[in-house]
Amino acid sequence: MDLTLSPQEESFREELRAWLAINHPGKEPEGDEASFEFRRDWQRRLAADRWAGLSWPEQYGGRGATLVEQAIFNEELAAARAPSMANVLGLLMGGPVVIAHGTEEQKERYLGPILNADEIWCQGFSEPESGSDLASLKTRAVRSDGGWVVTGQKVWTTLAERAKWCMLVARTDPDAPKHQGITYFVMDMDQEAVQVRPLVQITGEPEFNELFLEEAFVPDENVVGGTGNGWGVAITTLMHERSGIAFALQVQLKVALGELIDLIREQGLEGDPIVRQRLGQLYIEAETLRLNAWRGLTQIMKTGMPGPEGSLPKWQWSDINQALTELSMDVRGLEAPRADSDWTYRFLRARANSIEGGTTEILKNIIAERVLGLPRMR
Amino acid sequence: MNFDFTDDQQAIKRTARDFLADRLKPERRRELAEGGEYDQGLWREMAGLGWTGIHLSEDHGGLGLGAVELAILTEELGYALVPSPFLASVAASLVVAHAGSGEQRSRWLSRLASGEAIGTVGLVTDGAAPLVPDADRADVIVLLDGLSGMVVEAGAAEIEPQPTIDSTRRFARVRAAEGEPLAGDPLPALDRIEVALAAELVGIAQRAMEMAVAYAKEREQFGRPIGAYQAVSHRCAQMLLETESARSATLYAAWTADHEPESLSLAASMAKAYAADAGWRVTSSSLQVHGGIGFTWEHDLHFFLKRARTDGHLFGSPRSHRERVAELAGLGPLGLAAS
Ligand SMILES: Cc1cc2nc3c(=O)[nH]c(=O)nc-3n(C[C@H](O)[C@H](O)[C@H](O)COP(=O)(O)OP(=O)(O)OC[C@H]3O[C@@H](n4cnc5c(N)ncnc54)[C@H](O)[C@@H]3O)c2cc1C
Repeated sequence: MDLTLSPQEESFREELRAWLAINHPGKEPEGDEASFEFRRDWQRRLAADRWAGLSWPEQYGGRGATLVEQAIFNEELAAARAPSMANVLGLLMGGPVVIAHGTEEQKERYLGPILNADEIWCQGFSEPESGSDLASLKTRAVRSDGGWVVTGQKVWTTLAERAKWCMLVARTDPDAPKHQGITYFVMDMDQEAVQVRPLVQITGEPEFNELFLEEAFVPDENVVGGTGNGWGVAITTLMHERSGIAFALQVQLKVALGELIDLIREQGLEGDPIVRQRLGQLYIEAETLRLNAWRGLTQIMKTGMPGPEGSLPKWQWSDINQALTELSMDVRGLEAPRADSDWTYRFLRARANSIEGGTTEILKNIIAERVLGLPRMR
Repeated sequence: MNFDFTDDQQAIKRTARDFLADRLKPERRRELAEGGEYDQGLWREMAGLGWTGIHLSEDHGGLGLGAVELAILTEELGYALVPSPFLASVAASLVVAHAGSGEQRSRWLSRLASGEAIGTVGLVTDGAAPLVPDADRADVIVLLDGLSGMVVEAGAAEIEPQPTIDSTRRFARVRAAEGEPLAGDPLPALDRIEVALAAELVGIAQRAMEMAVAYAKEREQFGRPIGAYQAVSHRCAQMLLETESARSATLYAAWTADHEPESLSLAASMAKAYAADAGWRVTSSSLQVHGGIGFTWEHDLHFFLKRARTDGHLFGSPRSHRERVAELAGLGPLGLAAS
């Protein structure tokens, strides 16, 4: 056991800190449009110096960084309260999937514009009838000249309103068993046959959308991983999503805890024994999440792949973040229900944490069945 | 950044797991627990393996290893639920090693390292230490009162055995008019004791979880294994989350003791608070998974549950450790803040 950074890792961190000191873009502006443009510029600045796709191969604009370096990167950016990048889904899922399963042409075509946020990506997995049970999806793709014609409906599609490309899973063989006969496409959002309708969230903001596909066309060269292999490709996407975000999430929590401590002082409640107990507990849980994430990394370095235990941090994070935002409400008295406060926004937004990217119940199923070996539920 | 055990650390874990599985069968543990007894032969063998001095310097006949190795070993003692004065004796040698005078160290450490003498530590409130593990058979008792402490020889203390729910460990109330004062600050030792106790709790939680998972696979109701019901399987997933988190917190705290002592107080309180809660929740959840059989004396689970519950209260309750975390994390001391 050695919980220190190696000299190379230390110097990586120094380089990044020095870079951030000069390039940190400051505070994000208010308003959807302004904040998106701000985050796009920020991503471009990162990409120009090869930070955006840190783990990607150098030939595609990355640095081939190690897992530890990626973890340091996420920790440092969150600690510096740097804004998130605009093309989150492309960076976190689209790019890694193309790198893992794509052809050389696909890598050449897609990776650059993901990195510099010229082309935004969205994820078209969930459907009205298929959420947790993703493999039951009904959107159909039918063979046609040089490609596929897709018809169906997707829902909760984050960023669809800005996206050029959609990671789309659709059924290409209706007669095959549920998990087979699904294909992973990169679909052009820029066509008449794709209609995007915003869905307003509990926070009052339209962060996600419905997607109506009426004979949308996807050329053959936009199939990733081969016809009928979409389930395996989609699972890689989800594994990347869950393991990649653990570090960013744990540091965001630590930052939010610091803000909560300030808030408790502002409210004059730092001497309240119950508030102190709850804050102490949150601090402990946030630390165990951080340590679990690092232990998980040790495991990935040994086995080469995020395993099913990679589902723990996402679950744990959602519990902690919800509890943290609840405490922030409890200490704000009659200020708490005010709609014009960032704390109130965070409190409402946190309700999604145990649903987005796999619900807590589904994560518990995965752990029970695949880590503990309990019988599958039928 | 690497949480993996070294080969030596792995060997400690494996040796302890195999040795204890071989030497302490469940029937024997039950017999000892029911009689309130310890196994002298087992104690001598444990001492012979160097365990009682694992954390002490070679000058004093110890193995010269750190808090991480001690945590690895203590987790296994919890996993096997060994009735023995190990933890009490290690606690005493930790305090003497970190805060004892030169004379106290040379008098006690090699005897504690060899297992020839047994020690313990009590926390004094209102003139007496109400619940001290293994005081009735200790040769030396360290009594800590706030930031001061003294070393008391067994004959010089008033020792009154106390019944607790944990029959795998003996307890007594201790009062002593005088003893030899410690030379230094006992806090670093106290923090290390908390970490060792947290490690024991991790082992107990691990074992109780394994018992629940095994039972959930084998016990059938309504025509299928109960583990196929999510009310049961999600409990087990929760046990895994809490056991692993307790282990992460404990290993980290042990590591700070060896490599980053300025972080130890906060880390030790985090580990002790979390592991105490996890130890209780996992054992009680495991009982629920077992149904009626889990409530019987005949099933071993209750020994684990009671040890976990009792450990949780020793050397600072979760409440007091959470309070220290809140203070160190940025809320400042309670007294000052409450102005
Ligand atoms: C903010 C946000 C952003 C999102 N962004 C995207 C996106 O960009 N792209 C995309 O494709 N999707 C996105 N989603 C969708 C998300 O992945 C789904 O909401 C999620 O997978 C759950 O599906 P569902 O909403 O249909 O709920 P359901 O699957 O219908 O679940 C309803 C309830 O039943 C429980 N349940 C279901 N099955 C089981 C079971 N087997 N055992 C126990 N309990 C069960 C669930 O845990 C949940 O509590 C987003 C969701 C949110 C909230």
